[in-house]
Amino acid sequence: MSETVTAPPPTGTISALAPKKRSRAARLLLGRDAIMIYALLVFVLYACISIPRFASPVTVGFLLLDVIPVLLIAMPMTLVIITGEIDLSVASIAGLTSALMGVLWQAGLDMPLVLAISVAAGVVAGAFNGFLIAVVGLPSLAVTIGTLALFRGLALVVIGDNAVANFPPDLTAFFTSKIGGTGIPTVMIGVLIVMVFFGVLLHFTPFGRGLYALGYSKEAARFVGIKVARSKFWLYVATGSVSALAGVYWTLRYSSARSDNASGLELAVIAAVLLGGVSIFGGKGSIPGVIAGVLLIGTINYALRLGRVSDVVLIIVTGTLLILSVVTPSIFASVRRWQHDRQVRNSLPQVTTSGSTRAEHPAH
Amino acid sequence: MTLDQAPATDARGPFALSLQGAAKTFGPVIALADGTVQLAAGEIHALVGENGAGKSTLVKILAGLYHPDAGEFLVDGEAVAFRSVADSKAAGISVIYQEPTLFPDLTVAENIFIGRQPKGRAGLISRTAMRRQARELFATLGVPIDPDRVAEGLSIADQQIIEIAKAISLDARVLIMDEPTAALSGIEVERLFAVARSLRDRGAAILFISHRFDEVFALCDRITVMRDGRYIATHETSGATVEQIVREMVGRDIATLFPKEDADIGDVVLSVVGLGRAGVFSDIDFDVRSGEIVALSGLVGAGRTEVARAVFGIDAYDRGTVTLLGSRLKPRDPQAAINAGIGFVPEDRRKQGLVMDLTVARNTALTLRNSLARFGIISGAREREASEKWSNLLQVKAGYQDLPVSTLSGGNQQKVVLAKWLATEPKLLIVDEPTRGIDVGTKSAVHKLLSDLAGRGIAILMISSELPEVLGMADRVLVMHEGRITARLDRADATPEAVMHAATASMEGAL
Repeated sequence: MSETVTAPPPTGTISALAPKKRSRAARLLLGRDAIMIYALLVFVLYACISIPRFASPVTVGFLLLDVIPVLLIAMPMTLVIITGEIDLSVASIAGLTSALMGVLWQAGLDMPLVLAISVAAGVVAGAFNGFLIAVVGLPSLAVTIGTLALFRGLALVVIGDNAVANFPPDLTAFFTSKIGGTGIPTVMIGVLIVMVFFGVLLHFTPFGRGLYALGYSKEAARFVGIKVARSKFWLYVATGSVSALAGVYWTLRYSSARSDNASGLELAVIAAVLLGGVSIFGGKGSIPGVIAGVLLIGTINYALRLGRVSDVVLIIVTGTLLILSVVTPSIFASVRRWQHDRQVRNSLPQVTTSGSTRAEHPAH
Repeated sequence: MTLDQAPATDARGPFALSLQGAAKTFGPVIALADGTVQLAAGEIHALVGENGAGKSTLVKILAGLYHPDAGEFLVDGEAVAFRSVADSKAAGISVIYQEPTLFPDLTVAENIFIGRQPKGRAGLISRTAMRRQARELFATLGVPIDPDRVAEGLSIADQQIIEIAKAISLDARVLIMDEPTAALSGIEVERLFAVARSLRDRGAAILFISHRFDEVFALCDRITVMRDGRYIATHETSGATVEQIVREMVGRDIATLFPKEDADIGDVVLSVVGLGRAGVFSDIDFDVRSGEIVALSGLVGAGRTEVARAVFGIDAYDRGTVTLLGSRLKPRDPQAAINAGIGFVPEDRRKQGLVMDLTVARNTALTLRNSLARFGIISGAREREASEKWSNLLQVKAGYQDLPVSTLSGGNQQKVVLAKWLATEPKLLIVDEPTRGIDVGTKSAVHKLLSDLAGRGIAILMISSELPEVLGMADRVLVMHEGRITARLDRADATPEAVMHAATASMEGAL
């Protein structure tokens, strides 16, 4: 009965194809997210050496302040993309939150109340996406293209062409303040909490385990009792809520509430998530990889800007990186498939002669 | 009995189509060992056999989808080697599938002439010519279908007629109908038969594949029987009996192949009462007791898997109740079924049983994810520990724990599926085609395992299309036919003939 379990090649035809075992450490050090982290480290090192003024607390501060909105939204977005879905409405939710903050503040409400209502609006917006996608069962791409326009439109309805800028100075100062002399923005503490929350949720909870299963095969997920609709619904509530937080941050950092705040941010977020090793087809990816992806794009942009490279080049570089990050794994995969095929071909003569197997019907 | 291995010389002269000794293997699996069928012009020829007898593989060879590894393939006396479906079509062979795939948004006429629309002036498609030719085709078939309506919403019967019309317009001289009547009502079957007979009378050769003996005997001139991928015999219908055909379909020594050891049969674990789902299955009543293996037998499409899915809560049901150990199970909630103590090894390992790109450890622990978590946090170490425990029991190598299951052999994959469900320590295990597509060694290991599990008091509901497996393993056999249980047989009464008769409902048929 042992065939493929312990079998030597002559009897177990399939065992010849079993892959080489890699140690746990090797897999950790050679995984896709690890590669992204190396790329980040190499680039930071290169920038420190070759670009004057790069290695300073000022760099750290501005760089982080710039990437915080992308970093925040990328966390729940990672989970959404791992389940094989997408949320394009995140930047519009951030814009809507910003517009609401402006109007409510101008109307004279207390700041805590303004913040609470604005974030609640993000939760509701996310729940609306979640309802249409998880409960009604519409495709997420179509739904969130729709709500991308809808929420941005609502933002315009709420605040019109106005901009509200008279937020309390202590508050806006707090949002750009740094922790001591490190150059790290104080709000990074909050961002870190969000990062840890989604990292733990994805990598260390039964819910997270279910998301990977869901991303690979909905049917297989249902067979182990995963509640497909419920999981998806809560993910969209999460992207909505975190997008609202990003909207609050955006408004207070620039001290400006406008309807077009954060527009186009969804593409930056998705680009960073994909660059961080998450598969657009679902099922693959990790939070550390995505964090590295976000920081890599942020660092490259910042370094190029310091080096007085024009914005056009920045966009070209980001686009090229994104395409590379998507193409590279499929090149690896086709090389592996080619090697595998060759192995199969070499073992074929044994297969055709070991003909005692009972007739079997793969097609039925 | 005409057990002639090569009925090549026949009064009918050169055959319209002749396939002899065709073989097809997929890796270690032999799908077809000796595919032999010979069609004369002007005959309707039945091809019968159990599930897995190799009929579909044979059809795929004729259709040009598979290239046979060995054998002789003649069309009108000339050797052919099809490389594609187009080659097969060009040689005059058309296949009508059980559920045709027309383009729903195109009209009937457009569907018939797709890719070779009649051209009018200036090289543009002539709709008038297309419509006229479609009308002529339907007139010869004697079936009124409006060529201008879109295909969407047509009954399956009408869609088949359109496929036939398309085949005729392609000058097909060999028509292969793969279980065409499975989805048709009585009157639609009659109409299809009338069309088939008129085509035969005009000189076409028709290969008719069906599980329904009444239809085979009513329609066909000759019958070819296959078993285990081999040609068994060809008979003139007039000289054959149902009993003889059934015996040839199932006839083999099965007594020693799959033994289930005797276990103490205890209390009722699963009780299904009056379960029904409109159009799928109805009036399903049965119990499974601890220590007992109950097999749901029947042909593919009889509704066996659908019943099991409803019991487990994957699909909804309209009527009836499912009770496990005395408490009623919530419908449409697999998690509730798992918590109550049901495990389900589904028929499609790759799509349903496993998450192919996840590691063995992750897959095995997926059913345990909630119970492995401490304060909501699950650790890789605990996951591996649990996975290793159950993998060892099933002899999945420890070194495989960190490999994606997609890299394992079919037999090992099936062991992982079993491991992940045994890990939940189920009271009732549902196994759907537990040994499909796995090698003989692992197959007997799986059978031994199921027997051991029953010995330890687990109730097992087994769905299998392999008759020897059913007869060897089951304490009781429930046979389903078209959504109903048509026979309940104890181990002693469960003969291959009895099961096949109930599965094809040939007792109720015209015979």
